[in-house]
Amino acid sequence: MTKEVGLSHVTVEFGDYTAVDDAHLTIAGGEFFSFLGPSGCGKTTILRCISGFQEPSYGKLLIGGRDMRGIGPNKRPTALIFQNLALFPLMSVAENIAFPLEVRGVGKKERRRRADELLELIALPGQGDKRVDALSGGQKQRVAIARALAVEPDILLLDEPLSALDLKLRQHMRTELRAIQKQVGLTFIYITHDQGEALTMSDRVAVMSRGKIQQVADPATVYNAPATGFVASFVGENNMFEGRIAAPAGPDGTAEVDLGLGARVRVQAAPGLGAGEAVQVFVRPEALEPGGTAPNRLTARLEKVEFEGAMRHLLLRAADGTALRVSQVNTGGDAGPGPDAPVELGFAPAQAIALPPSELARAG
Amino acid sequence: MRGRLLTGGYLLLFFAYLFGPLVIMIGTAFNSAGFPRLSPWECFTTNWFGRLLADDRLLTGLGNSLLIGLGVVIVSTPIGLAAALMLSQVGAKLRATLYTIFIAPILVPGVVIGLSTLIFWDRVGGALDAGYDTLFYDGFFLTILGQVTFISAYSMLVFLSRLQRFDPTLTEAALDMGATPTQAFVKILLPFVAPAIGSAAVLAFLASMENYNTTVFTVVSESTFTTVLASKVRYGIDPSISAIAVIIVGLTLMAALTYEAAQQRTALAGRIAGNPVLRRLMHPAPVGLLLVVLAGVAVWGGSRVDSSACEAQVLEEKRALQEQYRTAPTPSSPAPDTPAAPRDGGAAPASPFSPGNLAPGGDGGEAPSPAAPASPFAPGNLAPGGGEESEAPASPFAPGNLAPGSD
Ligand SMILES: Nc1ncnc2c1ncn2[C@@H]1O[C@H](COP(=O)(O)OP(=O)(O)OP(=O)(O)O)[C@@H](O)[C@H]1O
Ligand SMILES: [Mg+2]
Repeated sequence: MTKEVGLSHVTVEFGDYTAVDDAHLTIAGGEFFSFLGPSGCGKTTILRCISGFQEPSYGKLLIGGRDMRGIGPNKRPTALIFQNLALFPLMSVAENIAFPLEVRGVGKKERRRRADELLELIALPGQGDKRVDALSGGQKQRVAIARALAVEPDILLLDEPLSALDLKLRQHMRTELRAIQKQVGLTFIYITHDQGEALTMSDRVAVMSRGKIQQVADPATVYNAPATGFVASFVGENNMFEGRIAAPAGPDGTAEVDLGLGARVRVQAAPGLGAGEAVQVFVRPEALEPGGTAPNRLTARLEKVEFEGAMRHLLLRAADGTALRVSQVNTGGDAGPGPDAPVELGFAPAQAIALPPSELARAG
Repeated sequence: MRGRLLTGGYLLLFFAYLFGPLVIMIGTAFNSAGFPRLSPWECFTTNWFGRLLADDRLLTGLGNSLLIGLGVVIVSTPIGLAAALMLSQVGAKLRATLYTIFIAPILVPGVVIGLSTLIFWDRVGGALDAGYDTLFYDGFFLTILGQVTFISAYSMLVFLSRLQRFDPTLTEAALDMGATPTQAFVKILLPFVAPAIGSAAVLAFLASMENYNTTVFTVVSESTFTTVLASKVRYGIDPSISAIAVIIVGLTLMAALTYEAAQQRTALAGRIAGNPVLRRLMHPAPVGLLLVVLAGVAVWGGSRVDSSACEAQVLEEKRALQEQYRTAPTPSSPAPDTPAAPRDGGAAPASPFSPGNLAPGGDGGEAPSPAAPASPFAPGNLAPGGGEESEAPASPFAPGNLAPGSD
């Protein structure tokens, strides 16, 4: 069984502070849905609304079409995996996993059987009698997941469950989580401030900033067609240029923009942006290409080259001081341009986007 | 080098300060002298323990104290836990206010609590036209209530420090897993605070046992261990008080050692797990049992000590000395025989302030030892010479001359 989750204009206020501001979206049953945003943007608060620890100040929360107001966390078809896991330290691994069954009055034998089954699922067979603090970080993680699954929820809520793990384990757990989700077929609502995690695992992502949902879309759209300056700069690397619309977008969806650093470029833009309006233009580092034949051209001086295994990053500075970043696949052979050399860069109109200026977009 | 010496000296002083009185008190429990003192040493005896066991008033008081202690534990532990839970749940501002209110009874002098408990229930009883045999005038009831007012605050502090280490998301997790709030409390929070329940109970019990200030008012016509002790001190003490101290110190040591064994066991859990002998040895049960056996042996051995021969001899010596004084002319000139010159050889000169000299010399046998060459200012000279002449070589200034001599 899967159920859809609806947030209908959900606002959460703590005194004067608005932690969640008018969140309005629907999460389909069986979907792997992520909330992505920087620390303190209200992700956990949204999750606490869904799981029932926090009533919205305004708006409604619906699960399977039913209004959840007044229904306690123990009566909702959700299971939450806490940011700190919240495993019970005085219980063994098996007792932890069987706790949801224990409180439902399931017999001891049946509990043990279910716990063993779930231990099998999370690849920790026969470790049920261990103490919780005898487990490694990744194992604790998996026990927390098993305990949540023992609830047999319709919706599994995960609050940055991988944040405490090292890189290798995190990558491994990502695939594992996704596999578990496919296997048990639940709605997963996943919270993270790690964009890589959100993009690789999710069907859809909601990007949040300061309590406001900025964009809800599938990962490719979020990356390729960010809805706001914040999304453009938060998700992935981006070069940002201040500019002004010279000619509004035509039927092909591209507009001409005068960049502050003295070039006129043709980029994608919303039709609503009129001539003379200030905009921010975003170009991905991998879309900028030294030389080439692309119509939009910029010149900058090379300052430094960074090697990062498969990729190579050129750090440049334009005449007006704007820092630029260019990423290339490291083919090994050529050494690239020498230091201090002037470099001509080109990019295609389809790979750049002009958005209304946002103070949230990080400069550079 | 010198620093070391200084540190060592300081430590020595420190421990002497801490434990000196205890050691001396324990020593006096085994001296046959009629007043708790170490010097002069008369005879090694265990009679004071027998004397203690025969003291009905003290035993009744002790029984009452145990009963009251139990009642206080039963009432104050849940109150303390409830208060601590409440404090850990409310917002910061309210918490500060509530904390001050809950802690106030500790800051109020015990005398005030005792008096106000007494007066309050008297008024309540009066308003209800209750007789003097009702609860409102019952020493047990009033004492338990009076002590609970501040002892539950102690319990609260114990619980609070434990609860501060509790992760409230554990309760949330339990709720989220489908537990009712009651289940979450019983299965998650209660097991976590369980160790603190033990400490709070022990603390409450000890605080109740040793309380005097409040109890002396609320106990009305009953008596407790402390009130009996206090009246004993008022009407003259003998070393059976030291015997009580020995027993209490012994019990405390046993409990502490057993507890320590349990602690060490958890600390060493990993290291001794593989070693079956060590594992059994370190278990608190055998340690406790061993201590109980040792204590039993000590009691058995003590009960077989017979000091009557020695005591008879001491008595004889005293008699002899007295005879000597009686025949000797009463000294009238101070100078020659003032402070000291031990007349009959050997015994340690008593300090002028030795409280031993206060002992009621009543029955002669235990009167200030003849060996003590009293200083002119020795308050011992105040001792009522009762049946026998005070043996102190009186100087003209010696107030001892004021003692009602019997000659
Ligand atoms: N109970 C509360 N009372 C007051 N303010 C709160 C409360 N809970 C959260 N906040 C505030 O709401 C904002 C959002 O908090 P939230 O925990 O949702 O952040 P988050 O996105 O989960 O951050 P992180 O990634 O660091 O976990 C924060 O500024 C926080 O201080
Ligand atoms: Mg959070």
